Amino acid sequence: MDLGLSHYLAVSAALFTIGVVGIFVNRKNIIVILMAIELILLSVNINMIAFSVFNGDITGQIFAMLVLTVAAAEAAVGLAILVVYFRNRGDIAVENVDLMKG
Amino acid sequence: MAVYAFWILATIVVLSAVMVIAARNPVHSVLFLILAFFTSAGLLVLIGAEFLAMLLVVVYVGAVAVLFLFVVMMLDVDFAELKQGTLRYWPFALLVGIIFAAEIVLASFAGLENHVGTFDASPGAETNAEAIGQVMYTQYMLLFQLAGIVLLVSMIGAIVLTLRHRPGVKRQSIAHQTSRRRSDAFELKDPSSGQGI
Repeated sequence: MDLGLSHYLAVSAALFTIGVVGIFVNRKNIIVILMAIELILLSVNINMIAFSVFNGDITGQIFAMLVLTVAAAEAAVGLAILVVYFRNRGDIAVENVDLMKG
Repeated sequence: MAVYAFWILATIVVLSAVMVIAARNPVHSVLFLILAFFTSAGLLVLIGAEFLAMLLVVVYVGAVAVLFLFVVMMLDVDFAELKQGTLRYWPFALLVGIIFAAEIVLASFAGLENHVGTFDASPGAETNAEAIGQVMYTQYMLLFQLAGIVLLVSMIGAIVLTLRHRPGVKRQSIAHQTSRRRSDAFELKDPSSGQGI
């Protein structure tokens, strides 16, 4: 049996589900939450590239590059916020973030 | 042949993704994330999307994952404490995951044209990078520029967030240095013998 679109959609669906489960499981550890978001964006990329390649339309790969850009920007800003938060509080426990809500 | 390579790579991707969210040590999580990115780049090479595969290695492994590794190692956090009590989140997370997986499978495989064995990663061009370049700098020029702006804004944002001026740090002031004159620095004294200045 040859390689088909459904193979790639299955991998992408599995990665997306693992990413969502990861956000729920590691809800205290914001670093792993960010990594789970990266997994989700990776699965989106695989999905778009698979559709692009199997339909013979290059547009999907352009959009995958844009998703890649947004993923890199999101990781940079997220980790910068994390570093500032750690500098101010001395830990990264997410449940204390709403301390100042008043 | 390609299908065997696909199954091997897909298994590695899924297992390493599971290890990313399940590993006790976040450093191991990051290393498994790198493995997942590498293997999914391999998956993309299998269907001929070489340019995106190389980009995945360069951007994800070279920049994002190393940034994660850097932050994980830099922050002095007691990760064992953060890991405590996560066991009770698993049933709910698995429930949500099963529902998600069922929905995705139902949505994306219903009425799917499978296109088995007929794929073309570079329509209308010799190579994959050529095919991307033909449309990216013409039809999608604005999107390309927008991506650059997104990167610029995030770069400035990250610098503004993390930059801090600590008091008491000695810095070089070039304007101050070059505006120094001889009269500011020198003073000629002519002490007579036997007396101090």
